[in-house]
Amino acid sequence: MVKPDVQKNDVVVEVEGLSKTFNGVAAVEGVSFRIHRGEIVGLLGPNGAGKTTIIQMLLGVLTPTAGTVRLFGLDVHRHRESVLGRVNFSSTYVSLPYSLTVTENLRVFARLYRLPHPEARIRELLQRFELEPTAHQLVRGLSSGQLTRLCLAKALLNRPEVLFLDEPTASLDPDMAEKTRRLLRDVRAQEHTAILYTSHNMREMEQMCDRILFLHRGRIIAAGTPREVLSAYGEEDLEALFLRIARGGSRVEAS
Amino acid sequence: MKAHRVLAVTLRHLYLYKRSLSRMLEVFYFPLLDILVWGFITVYLQQFQKALPHFLVFLLGALILWDILYRTQQGISISFLEEMWSRNLLNLFASPLTPGEFLAATMIISLVKLTLSATVAVFLAWLLYGFNLFRIGISLVPFVLNLILMGWAVGILTTAVILRYGQKAEVLAWGLAFLFQPLSAVFYPVAVFPRPLAVVALAVPATHVFEGMRAVIQTHRFPVEHLAWAFGLNAVYLAVSLAFFYRIFRVVREKGLLLKIGE
Repeated sequence: MVKPDVQKNDVVVEVEGLSKTFNGVAAVEGVSFRIHRGEIVGLLGPNGAGKTTIIQMLLGVLTPTAGTVRLFGLDVHRHRESVLGRVNFSSTYVSLPYSLTVTENLRVFARLYRLPHPEARIRELLQRFELEPTAHQLVRGLSSGQLTRLCLAKALLNRPEVLFLDEPTASLDPDMAEKTRRLLRDVRAQEHTAILYTSHNMREMEQMCDRILFLHRGRIIAAGTPREVLSAYGEEDLEALFLRIARGGSRVEAS
Repeated sequence: MKAHRVLAVTLRHLYLYKRSLSRMLEVFYFPLLDILVWGFITVYLQQFQKALPHFLVFLLGALILWDILYRTQQGISISFLEEMWSRNLLNLFASPLTPGEFLAATMIISLVKLTLSATVAVFLAWLLYGFNLFRIGISLVPFVLNLILMGWAVGILTTAVILRYGQKAEVLAWGLAFLFQPLSAVFYPVAVFPRPLAVVALAVPATHVFEGMRAVIQTHRFPVEHLAWAFGLNAVYLAVSLAFFYRIFRVVREKGLLLKIGE
């Protein structure tokens, strides 16, 4: 029986020297970071910086070229079944079966994660994400905002201890995006869920994240609280810093 | 109707075929298979004219039994395609689900679909043509079992190739089983093949099922030897296709293809 080691140091995600090379080109290079229980960490950087690649390696669906990923003290590739039952994810790049209803989709994942009381949890999430009116509607009939909320509901289904969210509010209107951010903060407060969050909405990153990891060409070039990172680069907001890094290429240095 | 718009859409499809070997192969694949199957049927009827009454009895039975293999293979491949089409693969494999569990589920689905389609086919053959598949007797059970096993092996193989090459290999879900049809001696005996082809044909599990079926109808003997060959070959086919699937799954994890597979 594999014993998780989370009480000891409260680190739930531990990434050490993580690298991934595709056809000789480094997509991620020597990335190391830790996430503590109940912490929201933002992974930000321009397109192609390696954010989605890192999340895929954390989920065990992409094999790293080098380095280790430990969730709850366990190597995700060696202990994928026990680890993946305690995490979940949502990504703007994936969807859910269109020919199933909202409730049917959630029931399938409730079984995959072996929920003890699936119907009650499904009802609770449908209510939280304002999806009750669509409960018996086919997914193909949902708006993109409703589909995003359904994917988020799926991601919260198993009360994950670690949640990976790849651009979770990308197709939500400002009202629903704000509600989703509030809901995620509530989930963190109530269930001490650790969240790794990517978004191209810099204001959202500043609001949501306790810490940010700034990626550029597969490397972490800045890490800390949003305030610490901004002050290191002498910028007033993340939007300005993002533009400076994205346009300045490798010549960008912290002031 | 404007010619430039028609040409634009034509061009879009020509671009697609230019870079897709599987789509080009499909253009030639089915005509080639048709020529082979119907060609061997013609040879069979010319060489063995006395076999004509038997041929007519075999034909419906052979069609129903072939459909068992085809439906079983499709049950696996189409279930996988459904996940690919709905961009759901990453959701599944980022959960505790293992590749083996996924395959087991698709095998169950293939049995459900097979039960439904075979029930209809057997009933219609009896109702419309007075053909009773159960006249094959107790041999029918191991025959069907072997066709299911081979259908699973081909289905797993197909799924592995689609997993690796994505949408461009999608056509295999409908076509790969038919590659085995001319060799499986479905509508004619192995005796119609030239010697080298007969050797290849006997390495296909389904060939032994169809040869066995003909033996039962003609001689009323339980075809022990054919069934032993069919089970043995199926064990090899399943082992190879499973090893191939797991190897491909490792490659897919190394290349990060689960996210890109629907493209």
